[in-house]
Amino acid sequence: MQAFRVHTGRAVVLDRADVDTDQIVQAEHLKRIERTGFGPFLFAEWRKDPDFVLNRPESRGTTILLAGPNFGGGSSREHAVWALEDHGFRVVIAPSFADIFRNNCTKVGLLPVVLPPETVRALMDSVEANPSIELTVDLEGKRVTGAGIERLFEIDDYTRQRLLEGLDDIGLTLRHEDEVRAFEATRPSWLPTTA
Amino acid sequence: MAPSTLAEKVWERHVVRRAEGEPDLLYVDLHLVHEVTSPQAFDGLRLAGRAVRRPDLTLATMDHNVPTAPGPEDPVSVRQMDALRRNCEDFGVRLFPTGHAGQGIVHVIGPQMGLTQPGLVIVCGDSHTSTHGAFGALAVGIGTSEVEHVLATQTLPQSRPGTMAITVEGDLPHGVSAKDVILGIIARIGTNGGVGHVLEYRGSAIRSLSMEGRMTVCNMSIEAGARAGLVAPDDTTFAYLEDRPHAPKGGDWERALEDWRGLVTDDHAAFDREVRIDATELRPYVSWGTNPGQTVTIDDAVPEPTDETAERALAYMGLQPGTRIREIRPDTVFIGSCTNSRISDLREAADVVRGRAVRPGLRAMVVPGSMLVKRQAEEEGLDRVFTQAGFEWRDAGCSMCLGMNPDQLAPGERCASTSNRNFEGRQGKGGRTHLVSPAVAAATAVAGHFCSPEDL
Repeated sequence: MQAFRVHTGRAVVLDRADVDTDQIVQAEHLKRIERTGFGPFLFAEWRKDPDFVLNRPESRGTTILLAGPNFGGGSSREHAVWALEDHGFRVVIAPSFADIFRNNCTKVGLLPVVLPPETVRALMDSVEANPSIELTVDLEGKRVTGAGIERLFEIDDYTRQRLLEGLDDIGLTLRHEDEVRAFEATRPSWLPTTA
Repeated sequence: MAPSTLAEKVWERHVVRRAEGEPDLLYVDLHLVHEVTSPQAFDGLRLAGRAVRRPDLTLATMDHNVPTAPGPEDPVSVRQMDALRRNCEDFGVRLFPTGHAGQGIVHVIGPQMGLTQPGLVIVCGDSHTSTHGAFGALAVGIGTSEVEHVLATQTLPQSRPGTMAITVEGDLPHGVSAKDVILGIIARIGTNGGVGHVLEYRGSAIRSLSMEGRMTVCNMSIEAGARAGLVAPDDTTFAYLEDRPHAPKGGDWERALEDWRGLVTDDHAAFDREVRIDATELRPYVSWGTNPGQTVTIDDAVPEPTDETAERALAYMGLQPGTRIREIRPDTVFIGSCTNSRISDLREAADVVRGRAVRPGLRAMVVPGSMLVKRQAEEEGLDRVFTQAGFEWRDAGCSMCLGMNPDQLAPGERCASTSNRNFEGRQGKGGRTHLVSPAVAAATAVAGHFCSPEDL
């Protein structure tokens, strides 16, 4: 996983609520068996509209997505996170996220930042007024700064530490092999197997 | 011990490791795998030189991509299914490929085989894994990184969810099905009403549902944003499970029953949140918008938009506020998906269309949830009821629920669908989805506009 410490970049405003993962990357693109190359499919249907925000010249090179509430609902497809990451995003800032999407983000190294709706609104307004504004997202200090705004965000320490160090979850769990084996020895014998 | 909820009990018995400041590490009893969210996970194992820790607790099927009718196959889909076949061979995982009698939608075959049992932790790289909660299992949808984690370790680090009781008390009115119960719940609590929580469906209306009905309810927990949804096991559950191929047998069955009977929320256990719903207020529902919370009863009209999201939804759906739901005319009727493709769903729909005909010009299809459901339906003669009425009768798969195979809506086409998501483009680019129960879908196919069986 890509480590995340501090990121500074320009933002793009996707001012819509309840953006589901079907919109982020549609099912037809989930047939690929690769882990990379999903960027071109990001918001593919919406990008057919030349006025869609990601198509505007000022959106080129943006690395922070400012989104509406309940971002990433629906399907568990991690491809949605891969598409955002492959497109170049490092951070998504929203008033709230769907659980699976948020979890997938933290496994991949795309930072989901929850800020109060009024703060997200203020950031959106500032970026829309001046798209060249840069925002800084500091995971160490749990702080978003820019556009005259400075705001702390919450993230649990375990996830934060993993992201800061770019640690692989599987590697961490395998350190506890003894505990897994001890647990397995206690499982009732009548539990089902697929054999 | 302090009184605890069902979800907490199942959680506690799966904690492999608990440490201050870390998520609990949970043991996974059953890992279901399908072709779409697994190839990158298997590749991750290969890169790291890791094995599947418990192939005997892992089961794979092909469902999302599979064609449900003869015809040319999409080479990209074929490649993905071939990858699953190769991965299952290389890592020793049991697979139900296309053409196999056991093949079907991942959330239909687990219960059908008796693998889905009370008190288990079940995961799958699919958000509708919550379906298995109908048996009192804690069943969670996960992403591909987590699929790889479970393949490698048979465990999953999970932060503790909140608990939420959804109590539906009273007798369900005639014509109100399990699908209407869950659509009614989501209409009340919203698409993010369950975020961070495990929902426990309770009350006499839930108890009165069959296992298939409970699966339909639990299936759409994710549509309320919930981490999972479950129902305490009871005699209905045990009767469904007994004698299924993977259910415990003989003395093991007795031991299992004794254990399962304890899987209830204790009296006085506290939920973090509680919602109470009067079952007698529920009606058949039809969604009008582009998320499952945008739903009204079949007696209503398309509502006036109250925000920008609703305005966008109305524009996408090509609907005017004030239009009666019964006046809306779909082009397509789809009966299928992990929400409503089980034998009881097909029976309900067949009862409505028996001796009637699909409205001319309307395309109607039935896609059974598994090849076993298909076979059973054919033994009961349901296939003939459907085909004589003008429905297409297909092989098992996810099909038009998400349009990964050729079963798709054309732009602007409108569909009455028994599936779970009415998102933009979900059933095909530009397609317009209305979520309904199997009975309403069947009646709508006959009438050519949304209606209930009583309207026919």
